[in-house]
Amino acid sequence: MTLAVRIDKVTKTYASATGGIFAVEEVSLDIEEGEFVALLGPSGCGKSTLLMMMAGLVTKSGGTIQIGTTKVEGPYTNLGIVFQEANLLDWRTVMKNVMLQIEIRGLDPTPYRQRANELLRMVGLEGYENRHPYELSGGMQQRVSICRALLHDPPLLLMDEPFGALDALTRDQLNLDIQDIWMASKKTVLFVTHSISEAVLLADRVIVMTPRPGKIGAVIPIDLPRPRQLGTRETPAFGAYAKRIRGMFEEWGVLRQHGETGEVKP
Amino acid sequence: MTAEAVSSTTKGPDATRVRVPDWMYPILALVVVIAIWDIGVRVFDVKAFILPPPWKMMTALFKNWTSLSLAMLYTLMEIMAGFAMSVIVGVGLAIAIVSARILEKTVFPLIVGSQVIPKVAIAPLFVIWFGFGITPKILIAFLISFFPIIISTVIGLRSIDLLKLHLARSMGASPAQVFFRFRLPNAMPAIFGGLKLSITAAVIGAIVGEFIGSDKGIGRILLIANGNLDTDVLFAGILILSIVGVVLFLIIDVIERIVIRWHVSQRLKHGVVL
Ligand SMILES: Nc1ncnc2c1ncn2[C@@H]1O[C@H](COP(=O)(O)OP(=O)(O)OP(=O)(O)O)[C@@H](O)[C@H]1O
Ligand SMILES: [Mg+2]
Repeated sequence: MTLAVRIDKVTKTYASATGGIFAVEEVSLDIEEGEFVALLGPSGCGKSTLLMMMAGLVTKSGGTIQIGTTKVEGPYTNLGIVFQEANLLDWRTVMKNVMLQIEIRGLDPTPYRQRANELLRMVGLEGYENRHPYELSGGMQQRVSICRALLHDPPLLLMDEPFGALDALTRDQLNLDIQDIWMASKKTVLFVTHSISEAVLLADRVIVMTPRPGKIGAVIPIDLPRPRQLGTRETPAFGAYAKRIRGMFEEWGVLRQHGETGEVKP
Repeated sequence: MTAEAVSSTTKGPDATRVRVPDWMYPILALVVVIAIWDIGVRVFDVKAFILPPPWKMMTALFKNWTSLSLAMLYTLMEIMAGFAMSVIVGVGLAIAIVSARILEKTVFPLIVGSQVIPKVAIAPLFVIWFGFGITPKILIAFLISFFPIIISTVIGLRSIDLLKLHLARSMGASPAQVFFRFRLPNAMPAIFGGLKLSITAAVIGAIVGEFIGSDKGIGRILLIANGNLDTDVLFAGILILSIVGVVLFLIIDVIERIVIRWHVSQRLKHGVVL
């Protein structure tokens, strides 16, 4: 197996008026080509920061990141990013927001228009092509941004809580769709999420991060047959993985059993 | 009576109330102001050279229509030329300031500082430099009206979401693409805010220029009418000037609605109640 991404002792300290904010502490991680990796961790543990450093959009405080044969020093462009917010351009229609990817990259738009329509249909936004973002709900906007990230068929996909703003039903559907797309195209995917079950359902490996400053707490290979179904979540094997991860968060004090100290008193 | 009141409330506001179009409100307000003005002048027996009654202003307007409208046309030219200069120079300078750190540190503070100088005070200097023709008026209109544009454009261009810049860079956008596809459209609402302030300032600027020294224009007519205590003509001139100012403002407002229909400020106009 070829290595797609090598993250080596990467750290990040944000400068701030009251001293630095230590966001990421020595993260090392190798991702194989075509692998689906989920990055799971509590809020504020540095998941987005790590993702942005991989894309070369936020500077590292230390360490190296290599994607393919390229050392990431500036913006790395041979990828698709789904940001934590939909991040659409308000002045463009849905279609033009998706096609922005092609426009900026200077690719011939003709073949991609068809693909854009297919992607929009996949995420259930057929008929919304000429709407503006303000006419869409938050979840619909996020689905547009997923189409934008997939349009140019990038070999590497960075997704920052892409389904966080979606309702449970749409989320389930898109989990399956993402698995389909990934199985068909064999992209390398790094998928950030808060949800233990989403991570276990989708990933080949779940990287569990500790609270801030984030470092890798555990790496858990998920050995469940593909394609996974929503029903997979009810299998004992799935439950065992989820329980193991939940146990870690409890150990780190991210999750507390009911009745323990630290509860909010009314 | 009571029964009727109850039934009208159950029917809901739309069923019983007559819809007044939005443009009617300022007109109604104006009618009220004119009525109070007219009654006030009569009740307190105000001399016409101090405050002429509304109808005297209107007769003065019709009697002097040719000279007033020609003068207004001339002043309108000054306003438009000064405003056009403001747009070009203001937006241009703002772009330069936002793209070059050195300009931000050198030119920008000077521009801001220059706004503290009262323009009325340096206007006579312009007459010395450029004579009594149209040039000094255009320049004063420009000088007063370019500041709102430069400030709002700088703010608009700067206030782009970091995440949008991340998006641009992750797609390999060139500096020109970042500017034209991201920063400039993002700045349009702020720029339009500046344009609206600027056009009203340009009207004031042109009049100030004509007050300092002029042989044409509505400002000169106002000055002469004032000197002769032709207060009715003075009011007629102010009326024309105000109408032109409002129309100019509305033109920008209409363009704004078309250009940035996607923006929050425009959506609120279309039915969403705060
Ligand atoms: N631009 C910034 N300047 C200063 N500190 C920052 C900045 N961005 C993030 N941080 C800090 O770095 C830490 C990690 O932030 P990050 O956004 O990576 O967290 P996250 O794991 O993505 O959280 P969430 O799940 O809530 O999105 C946080 O504690 C935050 O306060
Ligand atoms: Mg985040």
